[in-house]
Amino acid sequence: MTTITATHASPTAPAQDPLAPAARPPYRVTGQRVLRSEWAKLWSLRSTWITLGLGLVFMVAFGLIAAVQYKSRISSGQHIDADFAKATAVSLSLFGTNFAQLARGVLGVLVTAGEYSTGMIRSTLAAVPHRLPVLWSKSAVFGVVALVVGTAGAVITFLFASGVVSGTPAALTLGDAGVLRSLLGAGLYLGLVGMIGTALGALLRSVAGGISVLVGALMLVPGLISLLPSAWQNDIGPYLPSNAGESMFALHHAANTLTPTAGLAVFLGWTVLALAGAAYRLVHTDA
Amino acid sequence: MIEAHQLTKRYGEKTAVDRLDFVVQPGAVTGFLGPNGAGKSTTMRMIVGLDAPTSGAVSVNGRRYAQHSAPLQEVGALLEAKSIHPGRSAFNHLMAQAYTHGIARRRVSEVIELTGLQSVANKRAGAFSLGMGQRLGIAAALLADPSTVMLDEPVNGLDPEGVRWIRNLLTGLAAEGRTVFVSSHLMSEMALVVDHLIIVGRGRLLADTTVADLIRQAGGDSVKVITADPARLRAVLAGSGVEISGRPHSKELLVTGMSLRSIGLAAAQHGIALFELSAKTISLEEAFMDLTRDAVEYHSSTTGIQAPGRAA
Repeated sequence: MTTITATHASPTAPAQDPLAPAARPPYRVTGQRVLRSEWAKLWSLRSTWITLGLGLVFMVAFGLIAAVQYKSRISSGQHIDADFAKATAVSLSLFGTNFAQLARGVLGVLVTAGEYSTGMIRSTLAAVPHRLPVLWSKSAVFGVVALVVGTAGAVITFLFASGVVSGTPAALTLGDAGVLRSLLGAGLYLGLVGMIGTALGALLRSVAGGISVLVGALMLVPGLISLLPSAWQNDIGPYLPSNAGESMFALHHAANTLTPTAGLAVFLGWTVLALAGAAYRLVHTDA
Repeated sequence: MIEAHQLTKRYGEKTAVDRLDFVVQPGAVTGFLGPNGAGKSTTMRMIVGLDAPTSGAVSVNGRRYAQHSAPLQEVGALLEAKSIHPGRSAFNHLMAQAYTHGIARRRVSEVIELTGLQSVANKRAGAFSLGMGQRLGIAAALLADPSTVMLDEPVNGLDPEGVRWIRNLLTGLAAEGRTVFVSSHLMSEMALVVDHLIIVGRGRLLADTTVADLIRQAGGDSVKVITADPARLRAVLAGSGVEISGRPHSKELLVTGMSLRSIGLAAAQHGIALFELSAKTISLEEAFMDLTRDAVEYHSSTTGIQAPGRAA
């Protein structure tokens, strides 16, 4: 059908024959534009800045506190508990990862479930009725942001913490074997946790539900597993999201854990699973 | 143009939209009326693909909404007022929508101006009044300069000035050749602007008509007569095709089937004094009430609707 362009619209349209069908602006939805839109959406909310900042603070502050504690106990010659005895500059730096992952995952949930709780999703899906590009864009944008912030947090913390513990048994430098891999692994882990958060938010369409499942999967399930017979624990344990993720940034490969690469593969598997569930629900359920 | 064909939506046992067939034509304002719970919003959500029909189909400009490469350019929709994130500013909300279609920033400023939101464009949308929220929703609907504009209860929460603004906007959009589809549960809001009416009740199509036809069908051409001698006048006017009603001991009669002129002449001929003789045109509101009375989902316990002397 021909549509007359409104007088208030497209003032750029050349003053041509007014009777000719007015050229409509060549609008078109593309994957790249949906990405651009999701990028703009992420940064136009205050909660993004607050939660990302908070995650970064957790990571750096807790890593530094751990390093300072270690240093003071070592130098005062106190008894050191087993956990601390095996500590390295990397493990001390990444002490805050557990807390940072919460901040990152919760923000991921907010990115998607927040649209459902506010009603924004109706605007979003009206603009992109194919729907799936929205999910991919949201997880990609937030995954990359979480990855970058997480990696930066890990590296910054290490730079400070390694200074604090230099001259102790825990001392390491960026050049030492596995250090950079561990730090990048931690950043990657946080990025993927962010993606899992967005997937859970889209799957459950509820902020509270998404956060509950996220916390449950990352923090409660590992505890519950310890109730199982130990043979089962060793079979199942390493493949849990949290343990697989931890293998990604562990400096040393311990018994009954996955190698960093296997850990990455398993954790990627969990991420894909969560995203697949979210995609299924997004396409098959009314918004 | 919107075309619904046997459009149906069921939620478990409940049928929200029941085999609707209608066409909304360009160049006119089409009112979509029905009591609360009639399925108006569900129908609109299906038009823009938010809900999938259980059966049947609805197309926009010849295709399903989702099949268009620039859907916002086909249909600009205001659904429920709060289809926004309250933490985002009006400008950022519109900009995020604009990015998906490659719409320029300048156009965002234009719709902000058009809807009178300049002064609050950078405030968080969550702090908006109901009326401001409606304006933001309308700005979003007009963003891509759509050929079809669809508004769900647009005047909700607007002050009289805002209602008038909406009316002018709707007629303006239709005059530009666009398809304008507006829902409301209040006939009075729509009476002044709509050209065409699609009336639904309990998910079913009750009428697909024009304003004039609806009134005519409802039998809205009776004459009110107040006379000194109602009993004699009744006898004088009685005849085939004439219907006279009136309360006992009341000097007021309601006559259908005779013109003002012939009633006046007949009274003069018989020397009956008339105090009032007036055409009582039924309001659109009453015609609508009659039509939808049986389809009202929730009847109030004290029946508030009493259109005297007329059977539904």
